[in-house]
This record gives sequence, C-alpha cells and structure tokens, in this order.
Amino acid sequence: MLVAFSAVSALALITAFIFRAGLPIMMKVGLGDFIFSNEWRPTDASPSFGIFPMIMGSLAVTAGAMVIGVSLGLACAIVLTQFCHPRAVSVLKPAIELLAGIPSVVFGFIGVVILVPLIRQYLGGWGLSVLAASLVLGIMMLPTVTSITVDALQAVPRSYGDGSIALGATKWQTTHMVLLKAAGSGIMAAVILGMGRAIGETMAVIMVIGNWLDVPHSILDPARTLTSNIALEMGYSAGEHRQALFATGVVLFVIIMAVNTAALAFSRHHLRKAGMR
Amino acid sequence: MMTVPSKLQSVNLNLWYGAFWALKGVSMAIRPQAITAIIGPSGCGKSTLLRCFNRMNDLTRSVRTDGQVLLDGQDIYASGYELTRLRKRVGMVFQRPNPFPLNVFDNVAYGPRVHGVRDRRTLERIVESSLKATALWEALQNRLDRPALALSAEQQQRLCISRLLAVEPEVLLMDEPCSALDPVATQHIEELMRELMQRYTIVIVTHNMQQAARISDETGFMLLGELVEFGTTKTIFTNPRDKRTEEYVTGRYG
Repeated sequence: MLVAFSAVSALALITAFIFRAGLPIMMKVGLGDFIFSNEWRPTDASPSFGIFPMIMGSLAVTAGAMVIGVSLGLACAIVLTQFCHPRAVSVLKPAIELLAGIPSVVFGFIGVVILVPLIRQYLGGWGLSVLAASLVLGIMMLPTVTSITVDALQAVPRSYGDGSIALGATKWQTTHMVLLKAAGSGIMAAVILGMGRAIGETMAVIMVIGNWLDVPHSILDPARTLTSNIALEMGYSAGEHRQALFATGVVLFVIIMAVNTAALAFSRHHLRKAGMR
Repeated sequence: MMTVPSKLQSVNLNLWYGAFWALKGVSMAIRPQAITAIIGPSGCGKSTLLRCFNRMNDLTRSVRTDGQVLLDGQDIYASGYELTRLRKRVGMVFQRPNPFPLNVFDNVAYGPRVHGVRDRRTLERIVESSLKATALWEALQNRLDRPALALSAEQQQRLCISRLLAVEPEVLLMDEPCSALDPVATQHIEELMRELMQRYTIVIVTHNMQQAARISDETGFMLLGELVEFGTTKTIFTNPRDKRTEEYVTGRYG
C-alpha cells in the first residue's frame, strides 16, 4: 500500500513539477504559437519557441516505428504460437525478449554505423532520417510487442481454435479470424506499450535521426523529436529556453497520456463488443 | 436394416498417444439418418474415437493412428485427403459451448465465410435458416449483433449447432453436448437432435446412459479402448450379449 502510494506520488510530483516549470512560457508565447509555429530559435536576441517540427518529427518516427515494430512483432508472435514446436518457442521467445536488455545507445550505434550508410547509399538523402529512426525503434519495440502478443495468443482458450478447425477452417483462417480477435485486448496492450517505448525513446533516436529543425516531408528527411530536443539542448539552456524545454516535456506528456487513454478506451470498447467483459 | 450402407465406418482402428494405446482395433459402422451413441466410463476412448471421425486428433502432438475410417466408402486417413473438406462434411459440437468471441451473426456466418461465401445476401439467408433449424431465430433475430458470449449456456450450445449447420455438413459429431447444461436445456437439445436426425447422421458421445437410451437408435459400449459391444440401443440396454456391457448398463460400475 505504502509502496503503491509512493509510486503514485512520484508520478504526481513529476507531473506537478514539469507543468509548473513549463506552463509559464507556454502562456507567454501562446499555446497556439508554441505548438503550431515552425520557428524554434531559443537563443536569438528575440527568441521564438515553436515546436511544431518536433511534434511532427515525433509523430512521424512513432508511426514509422509502429508500422515496422507491430507488423514484425505480430508476425513473430503468430509464427511462435501457431507454427512452432513448443520446444522451439521456449528457446526463441526468451531470445527475442533478450533484445529488450540491449542498451538503447547500442541500438543507436548500430543504426549509425550500419543502417545510416545503407540508406544513404541505396535510397539517397543524408541517411540520418526518419526512416533510420523508425527502423531502429521498430526493432527496439519488437521484444515488447512480440512477448505480450505471444502471451495474449497463448491465453486464448483452446476451444476457440478447435471450434474453428472443426468447421473446416485452415490454420491461417483460424488465426486471423478468431484468435487475433479473441486476443485483441492483449494485442492492443502490446501495441500501446510498444508505442510508449517509441515515443519516449531518446538516445537511439538522437543518434540516427539527424536532429534537423524542420518538418520532415519524406521518410528520408532528417527530423528532430520532442525527446531529442530536450536531451540535446538541456545542457546549455537557461531562463526561458529552459522553461521552453520543460514545456516541450509537457506536450510530450500530454500526447502520451492522450494516446494511452484513447487506446485504453478503444480496447474496452472492443472487449464489450465481443462480450468478454 | 442391415442392408443400408453405412455413412461412416471405422475398420480396425488403432490409436496411440505416445506409448499409450487408446483405441484397440475399433470397427464400427454408423447408419445414415440415425443417432448413434457411444457410451462407456471416462477414459475409455469414446471421445478419442469421435475425434478420429473428423481427424481432430491430428491437432494433438504424438498421436499415431492406423486402420481406416471410411466416409461414404472413402478412407479419410488416406494420404492427400483434404482435411478442410472432411471437416466441412463431418462437423463437431463440443462438450462446453464454444461460440467465438464475435456477435451472433458472425458466429453463424463464420463457416460459410471460411468456405468462400462473400455475398451478404447469401450469408443472411444462411444465418436465418441455420438459426431457424435450432429454434433460435425467434429469440435472436433482432439481436444478431449481440455478442454470442452474452447468451445463456443453452443458447450458446444451440448457436454452436447453428454454426455447424451453416456449412451444410452430412455428419454431426457431438462430444457430450449437454454435460454443461441444466436438465431442462438438456431436454431441449435432445429434442433438437431428434429433429436433426431426419436430415443428418448423428454420433453422440455421452457418459449419461439415460440420455443414450432416450435418444439413440444404435449404441456402442466402449471399455479401455475397446468397442465391447455394438448394436441397436434396445438390445444393448435390455439384452446385451457381453457381461461387461450388462454390468455397465445396469449401473454396476462406471
């Protein structure tokens, strides 16, 4: 009880702190300008604080990472639960989960050394790009998405699958028409957690995204995310600049809360529709 | 009666789970448009035998079978026999009602969709006739978008039967279909089975001897993986040849 309370109070304190530090500058610049302006010149004589490019950068990278991480993760989970011998699963699943233990800076390093030159050579542009960040984050999401989806699929009562097979459905039809639906809420949780990882990841992204202060127009463009903006500039910021970085944190916080709430509401709705709650 | 060709027939069927010999040379001929009951104490292999008729045992690892199962004279264990076609023709109702976590309509439309029916009108027609066949239409026609898992246990089991009828099977395998239902619901399902019997070949596994006596035309008694005796239900229950059958049906063990 006490432990749970201390965790919740830590959350409350952090929330209060970043809002207190960030809100004044947001009010001064104006919420609309802060969010929708393209100009981020925090150190000019007449500084301007517009984080629109970073918001777009974060959304683009997260969306890209979701496409890669969720599709690969789902595919892994389906193969592991439906088409692998249980003994193979008991080796492969921990191996995939081990990916989560690799420090993010190592992912970033591999991205810079291998991925970025490949993109530069074969697809053009700088190499440092939204695409590189999406790929790195997609891989980083894999263990979360895969392992939670595997658990969700394994928790589906066997009788559902049997019922489908007994009607003459193929294994593949059974998987995508019954099992994935029955495991829907668990898969949703996997996606939410994966997404949280993608939005919040900082180090690996800084290393491969190019940190360019412009709204990206293609996946080969460099960009900057909300998290990397904070991490890159916090070291030398002061005064209003520092406040603006906290305000960036507030925006990040609100986005993550909104996404989680929406996803939660969606999965509840889904459960009710299936009659499982 | 003996001249009617059998719909389904097992010929010297053996099955092993790993090293365990679960079915020992079972030969049984099942008459079309009749109800055949398989009775016996738990663990005697009656469900295993039933699951051989639509090859559901294939899903269990380490199962090995030999012998033949003939559906209209064709061996379903012959190599290259198409399993999806087999299971469309030989459908199964399970012990616990297992509707999918979808709405009523999608549950019934599932089978036809799996077998390639896409047209909405056709699906609606199939759903209506399948629900009518199990007397669910009256109660559910305005609630087709309700989740199937919110129905009562009896309605769920009826829905599972509707779901099966929607793929137009020829044989219905029922694995203790009433064991999760109360007596009134059981009676309703039994009445439904007598109706369905006119169009389908039904094989039911039951541990409930009264049920077998009430509804079936022929009965097989199994013990320790062997088919001890097979004959008309009347003979099995009133004048069995084998001493073990007599002891079982008179309630001496089981």
